[in-house]
Amino acid sequence: MDLLTIVQILDSTLRLATPLLLACLAGLFSERAGIFDIGLEGKMLAAAFFSAAVAYTSGSVWLGLLAGIAASLALSALHGLASITFRGNQLISGVAINFLAAGMTVLIAQDWFSQGGRTPSLFGGGRFEPITLPFADALANVPVLGPIYSELLSGHSILVYVALATVPLTWWILFRTRFGLRLRAVGEAPEAVDTAGVSVVGLRYAAVGICGILCGIAGSYLATGLQAGFVKDMTAGRGYIALAALIFAKWRPWYALGACLLFGLLQAVALRYQNIDLGAFEIPVQFMDALPYILTVVILAGFVGKAIPPRAGGEPYVKER
Amino acid sequence: MDRMPAWADAILVPLISLILAAALSALVIIGIGEDPIAAVKLMVAGSLGSTYGWGYTLYYATNFIFTGLAVAVAFHARMFNIGGEGQATLGGLGVALACLYIPWPHWSLAILAACGMAALFGAAWAFLPAYLQAKRGSHIVITTIMFNFIAAALLNYVLVNVLRPEGSMDPATARFPDAAKLPTLHELLAPLGIEFSRAAPANVSLVIAILACIFVYLLIWRTKLGYQIRALGHSEPAARYAGISPVKITIIAMLISGGLAGLMAINNVMGEAERLVLNAVEGAGFIGIAVALMGRNHPLGVFFAAILFGFLYQGGAELALWTSIPRELIVVIQALVILFTGALDNMVRMPLERLFLTFRRKGS
Repeated sequence: MDLLTIVQILDSTLRLATPLLLACLAGLFSERAGIFDIGLEGKMLAAAFFSAAVAYTSGSVWLGLLAGIAASLALSALHGLASITFRGNQLISGVAINFLAAGMTVLIAQDWFSQGGRTPSLFGGGRFEPITLPFADALANVPVLGPIYSELLSGHSILVYVALATVPLTWWILFRTRFGLRLRAVGEAPEAVDTAGVSVVGLRYAAVGICGILCGIAGSYLATGLQAGFVKDMTAGRGYIALAALIFAKWRPWYALGACLLFGLLQAVALRYQNIDLGAFEIPVQFMDALPYILTVVILAGFVGKAIPPRAGGEPYVKER
Repeated sequence: MDRMPAWADAILVPLISLILAAALSALVIIGIGEDPIAAVKLMVAGSLGSTYGWGYTLYYATNFIFTGLAVAVAFHARMFNIGGEGQATLGGLGVALACLYIPWPHWSLAILAACGMAALFGAAWAFLPAYLQAKRGSHIVITTIMFNFIAAALLNYVLVNVLRPEGSMDPATARFPDAAKLPTLHELLAPLGIEFSRAAPANVSLVIAILACIFVYLLIWRTKLGYQIRALGHSEPAARYAGISPVKITIIAMLISGGLAGLMAINNVMGEAERLVLNAVEGAGFIGIAVALMGRNHPLGVFFAAILFGFLYQGGAELALWTSIPRELIVVIQALVILFTGALDNMVRMPLERLFLTFRRKGS
C-alpha cells in the first residue's frame, strides 16, 4: 500500500466521518442534558431532504443549509414537546421521529419533484464546493507532507471544517462556560439545578435545540456536500452509528472525534475494498459493515472500560410541589 | 381517587390518540393534493372489499401480531425491545435451515420444526442484549438497535456466501421443498364451504399467531412467571424484595420476546416467500412497537391493532397502485400512531384526567 492510497483512504475517512461527527456532537448536547435521542437519524434525513430541495429550487446552497437546519429544529421541537413538556418516553418519541422523517421526506419529494422520492441532482451553486486551502497547489509536490496537506487536509467542503471546529467549541461550551456546567448538571441531577433557581425545562430545550442545529448541518452535508441531491433513506443508519460513536466516546467531545474518525475509517475501507484478503482468511465486507455496531456492543458490555451515561438520562423531570 | 375509570384508560385514550393520528394523516394527504375521503374508500375497498384484500390484510396482520406481542412482553418487564427486526431476521434463518435441509414428509411436521427453529433463533438473538442488560446494565435499546444492524449484515453474508444456490446471482436461498408448503386460508376454508381467494398469502400461520396471543395472555396474567415479569416491570426493588431475581426474569422475558419476534418468520418466509430473501422482515419488527403501544400491551389489543395495521399496509399498497400517493404514507401514519399513543400519551391523558375529575367533583 503506497502513500497515495493511504492518503486517499484517509481523505474519504474525513468525508465520511463528518456527518457522523456532527450528529454525534448533536447527541452529546442532548444526552448530556438528560434527553436521550435516538431520533438523530430522522433529523438528519429531514435536513438532507429539505436542504437538497431548497438548494435545488433556489440555486443557493446556503439557503438549503438554513432549510435543513429549520427542518431538523422542527423535529427537535417535537422531541422536546413529547419528552420535556409532556414527559413522554424519550425513546419512543425518537423512534416516531425517525419514521416520520423516513415517510415524510419521500412523500414530499414525490409530491414536489415526481422522481420516485428523490430530488433532482444538484450542481453549481446548489452544492458545497471543495475549498482549496492556501498554498495547497504549491505544496503538492513536496514529498510526504505535500500530498497529506493538499489531498487530505485541503479540498473539502466548508462543512467538514465546520464539523472539525465544532469539537473544540463543544468542549469549550460544555466545560468552560456557565451554560455548559448547568447543561451537564441538568443531565446528572436536575433537582439540584432546579433548587439553584435555574430552569430545567429551559436548559433541556436549549440542549435539544443545539442538537437540532447540529443534526441539520449533518444532514445538509450529506445531501449537498458528500452527495449531490437527496435519495430515499440516504442516512442509511448514520444516526445510529453516531449514537454508537457517542457511547464509544463515553459522552466526551474529543473522544467523539476519535470514535467518529474510527467509524469513518471503517466505512472508507469497506467502500474501497470489498473483501479484505489477509492471506490465511478473508474478512467479508459484511463484517466491516457490522464492525461499528459490534464494537459498540463490546464497549457497552464494559469489557473496554465502562460507559456510564449521564445519570438523569431518559428520565423526565417532575418539579416538586 | 385521582384516576380515570379503567374503560377510559383502555379505550378512550387510545381512541383519541388514534383520531388525532388519523386527522393529521388526512392533512398530509390533503397537503400532497389528494382527497383523503377517496383515499380511505380506496383503502377499504382494496383491503377489506374482497377475500383477496382480506387475505393480504390478514397476512400482514399475522406478522404484526407476532412482533407486537414480542414488544408487549418486553414492555411488561419494562424493557423496550426495539430489536424485533433483527430477531425476526434470525428467525427467518432458522426457518430456512429447518425447511431446506430436512426432508419433511408433511407440512404439519415441517411447521412444528420451523416454529421451534424460528423461536430458538429469535430468542438466541435476544439473549446477548438481555444478558448484557441484566448483568452489566448495558441499555437494551441501544444493544438491540446494534443487533438489528448486525443481523442484517449476518444475513447478507449468509445469503451471499453460504446459502445461495450454485449459479444463482440472487442473494436468496433455494425454494423450499413442496412438502414444506403451508396451506393458505383458501385451502383451509374450502372444506368448510367458504370461498377464499386463492392468490392471497394469508396462511395457517394466522392460527398460530392467534394461539400465540392466547399463550401470552395466559403467560402474563395466569402464571407465576407472568406475575414475576409484571412485578419486575412495576418496581425492581419490590420484585427483589419479594425474592424475584431481576437478572433471571429480565433474561427470560427477553428470550420470550425474541422467540415471538422470531416466530414471525413462519408467516413471511415459510408461508409467503417460500425461500429466504434479503430484508424479508420489511420493517415488521418496528411496526410491532406501534402495535404494542396501540394495543396497550394486551394480547387482545395487540390482535386488533395488528389487524388495523394490516389494513393500513394492504390499503397503502392499493393507494400506491391506483393513485400518486406513495407507500411511504403508511410509514407516516405509523410514525403518528407511535407519536400519539406512545410519546405524546400524556398530552391526551392529562386533560382527560382533569375532565373526569371535574365531573366527579360535580357529581359528588
